[in-house]
Amino acid sequence: MAVLFYIFAAVTVIAALSVVAQRMPVHSALSLIVVLCSLAVVYLLLGAEFIAVIQVIVYAGAIMVLFVFVIMLLNAGRETPSRRSRIAAWLGAPLVAALLLEVLLAIWKQYPAGALHPAAAMDAGPAAIGHLLFRNYVLPFEVTSILILVAILGAVVLAKKEL
Amino acid sequence: MVPLSHVLALSVIIFVIGAAGFVFRKNIITVFMCIELMLNAVNLAFIGFSRYLGNLDGQLFAFFVIVVAAAEAAVGLAIIIALHRNRDSLNIEDLDSMKL
Repeated sequence: MAVLFYIFAAVTVIAALSVVAQRMPVHSALSLIVVLCSLAVVYLLLGAEFIAVIQVIVYAGAIMVLFVFVIMLLNAGRETPSRRSRIAAWLGAPLVAALLLEVLLAIWKQYPAGALHPAAAMDAGPAAIGHLLFRNYVLPFEVTSILILVAILGAVVLAKKEL
Repeated sequence: MVPLSHVLALSVIIFVIGAAGFVFRKNIITVFMCIELMLNAVNLAFIGFSRYLGNLDGQLFAFFVIVVAAAEAAVGLAIIIALHRNRDSLNIEDLDSMKL
C-alpha cells in the first residue's frame, strides 16, 4: 500500500511538472490526464473509492474532453515566450521555492511523523456517501444543481456569435 | 499506511506547481489547466484528512469541489472561446483591457 502511494505520488508530481513545462497546450492537457488518473489511484489507496471513480469519470472524462475540444477548436499552437519583465524571470523560481518550503515547514510542525494515526477503515461506498449527501448535505446539493444550470446558461450565452 | 504529513506534502507540491504555472504560463488554456491542478491538490488534502480523521464529510467536500470545477470549466472555456473570437489571441498578455 505505502509503496504504491509513493510510486503514484512520484508519477503525479512528474506529470504535474510536465503540465507546466510543456509548450504545446495539447501536451499539457495529456499530462493533466495522467495527473488526474494517478490521483484517482491515490484516492483509492486512501479509501475513497467513490471519489476515485468520480474523478476518472467527471474529471479525466468530461472536463478534459472539454479542454481538448477547445484546444482543437481554437487551434492553440506553441506558445511564444515573452520577454516583457526581467524581474519576474529572475524572482519567479526563488519565490515558488520559498512558498513550497514555507508550507511544507508548516505541515511538518503541525503534523510531525506519527502525530495522527489513521482512523479505522470506514465504509466509503456509494451507499454511505449517498446517505450523508441526502441527509446532511441536501441544501448544498440542491444549490449545486442551480449552479450547474446557471453555468450551462452562461456557457451558451457566452459562446453565442454576438456578445 | 503512509503518514498524513506525506499526503499533505504531495498536496502542497501539486498546489505550488499549479500556482507556479498559473503565474509563469502565457497561454490562457494552460493557465486554466493549472487552476484545475490546484483544485485537485485541495481535493487530495480533503480526502487525506477524511481518511485520517475517520470522517466522511471530507469526501463530500471533494465531491462538491469536482462539481464546481465542472461548472467552472464550462463557463471558463466559453469565455476563452469568446475572447478568442473577439481578440484572435490566446496570449494573456494581449488581454489587458482592464489595465489602467
